[in-house]
Amino acid sequence: MARLRRNKNSAPEPVRSRGKRAPIIELQDVTKVYPGGHMALDRVSLSIGRGEFVFLVGPTGCGKSTLIKTLIRELDVTDGSVRIAGRDIGAMPDKKIPQLRRNIGTVFQDFKLLPNRTVYDNVAYALQVIGASRAEIREQVPATLRLVGLSTKLHNFPDQLSGGEQQRVAVARAFVNHPPLMLADEPSGNLDPVTSIGIMQLLYRINKTGTTVVVVTHDREMVDNMRRRVVELYEGRVVRDEVSGGYTEESTTEFGMRMRAEMGVGADGTRRTNGHSLTH
Amino acid sequence: MSRILFFFSEAFRALRRNGAPTLAAVITTVVTVVLLGVLIPVFQTAQAKSDEVRSELNVSFALFDDASNAEIAQAKEKIEAVPGVAEVTFVSKQEALRTLKSELSDKTIVEELHTNPLPASFQVKASNASDLPQIEREVMGTTGGAQKDPISPAISNPFSRQQSTQQIAKVTSALKIVLTVIMALLVVASLMLIGNTIRLSIFTRRREVEVMRLVGATRWFIRWPFMIEGVVVGFTGGLIAILILWIGKITIVDPLSNHGDSFALAQHNSTVAFPALILILFGASILVSTIGSGVTLRRFLRV
Repeated sequence: MARLRRNKNSAPEPVRSRGKRAPIIELQDVTKVYPGGHMALDRVSLSIGRGEFVFLVGPTGCGKSTLIKTLIRELDVTDGSVRIAGRDIGAMPDKKIPQLRRNIGTVFQDFKLLPNRTVYDNVAYALQVIGASRAEIREQVPATLRLVGLSTKLHNFPDQLSGGEQQRVAVARAFVNHPPLMLADEPSGNLDPVTSIGIMQLLYRINKTGTTVVVVTHDREMVDNMRRRVVELYEGRVVRDEVSGGYTEESTTEFGMRMRAEMGVGADGTRRTNGHSLTH
Repeated sequence: MSRILFFFSEAFRALRRNGAPTLAAVITTVVTVVLLGVLIPVFQTAQAKSDEVRSELNVSFALFDDASNAEIAQAKEKIEAVPGVAEVTFVSKQEALRTLKSELSDKTIVEELHTNPLPASFQVKASNASDLPQIEREVMGTTGGAQKDPISPAISNPFSRQQSTQQIAKVTSALKIVLTVIMALLVVASLMLIGNTIRLSIFTRRREVEVMRLVGATRWFIRWPFMIEGVVVGFTGGLIAILILWIGKITIVDPLSNHGDSFALAQHNSTVAFPALILILFGASILVSTIGSGVTLRRFLRV
């Protein structure tokens, strides 16, 4: 399919084979020092396989956002190598960067929607960028917006939507060309707990289609019992990397239910109390 | 093909959605183009006029009444050989009297003269008016301060309003420099004004550019709609300005030009022709606003 075409004009780069295919993300001793001397990442090594759902947690300023930015090469690393699907993106020429970004869907805390475009046009833009045909756009955009539950708001502008809805548009835009990797940097940072769960469920559903999903959050407690892989950063280092509570296949509904329990929100969507203590 | 259409629709969408900055850019273009369109011909005419004044400057050499025709012819050849001399005209006694008569308001003064007191003379023009004093010295043989004889015995003495000749030469050359500098400054200021307005309108949209990069748009994919916007702004502004200039020409300049010399400034033949002027300004406005858009974007497109 056109939207997932690889760099045709470049010779196939040597792909590191570990087992069958290279991991989708592989960091080796990645260090990032900002001008001024602040060390945001300190020899981070990390490998994320295809199809995984990974939480990246840690307090504010621990390097989570820096890590995400290095994955889409918005930042160059100071040392070490970042490989996406086996390809060292540090050695990638500048003009290949758009190609890289088209294969990584990104979602941000502040949505980053184009304010002067409708919901439909915002999502369509991601396809127009990769040169998709009109027919493709007409087919993919409504389908993706249906997936995120916004098929009734196609012609609204971002400022006419709630925060949760805007984030759904952002997710739709990131997913519309079915990238193999999706990064979400504090996707629920600006949202209330009920809406957050909706967004997390959505990301989980996307993960079920085979897309690797990395979710950044500073809410450590929420992910502790998620039975998903959790990578914790602290002052630029990986201090924890484990699958908490045992990895199980579960449906989106189960996932959502467990998250509600975690966050102290009732199944009907109402918040019970402002803490866990009273519910136990 | 569909991509070109996409870029155009993107550009026009942006123009619609950013009404105020677009309008500001168009108005800036209109104002500067009108300003240049009026001032360029005015400056050019002023320069041509001052050239004309300079070319009229001359020095005359009176001849002895008893000089023979052969002596006069020889003297003329000698003066023509002096470096810097452009033209030597012989003015006979009768011609001098006739000129004097036409310049005087009271013709009777001339009638009352029984003889012609005016000498015959050579009127000498220089290729550069500033050389006139030097030519005069050469002809009179006073170069280097030493008093010698004139280059021809037929020549008695020079006469001209020497003082004013030199002053006019100085003033007009200063005027030329000032006009050139002002014109250059005006062009630079116009370019900067248009460039700045464009920068402002793009700056308000830098977030948009950031998002485009994020979803994997290439630089030119982002740049084309902005460039097309620049073309449209330059085209619209240029067109409106030219319309204003054209109306101004028809209603103000043309009627005045018909009254003979009274409005010499705008009808001087050394001024750039109106169509050529319009074409240049139109092209420049489009080019500046397009390049301005492209260059400004570079800042936001750095990865």
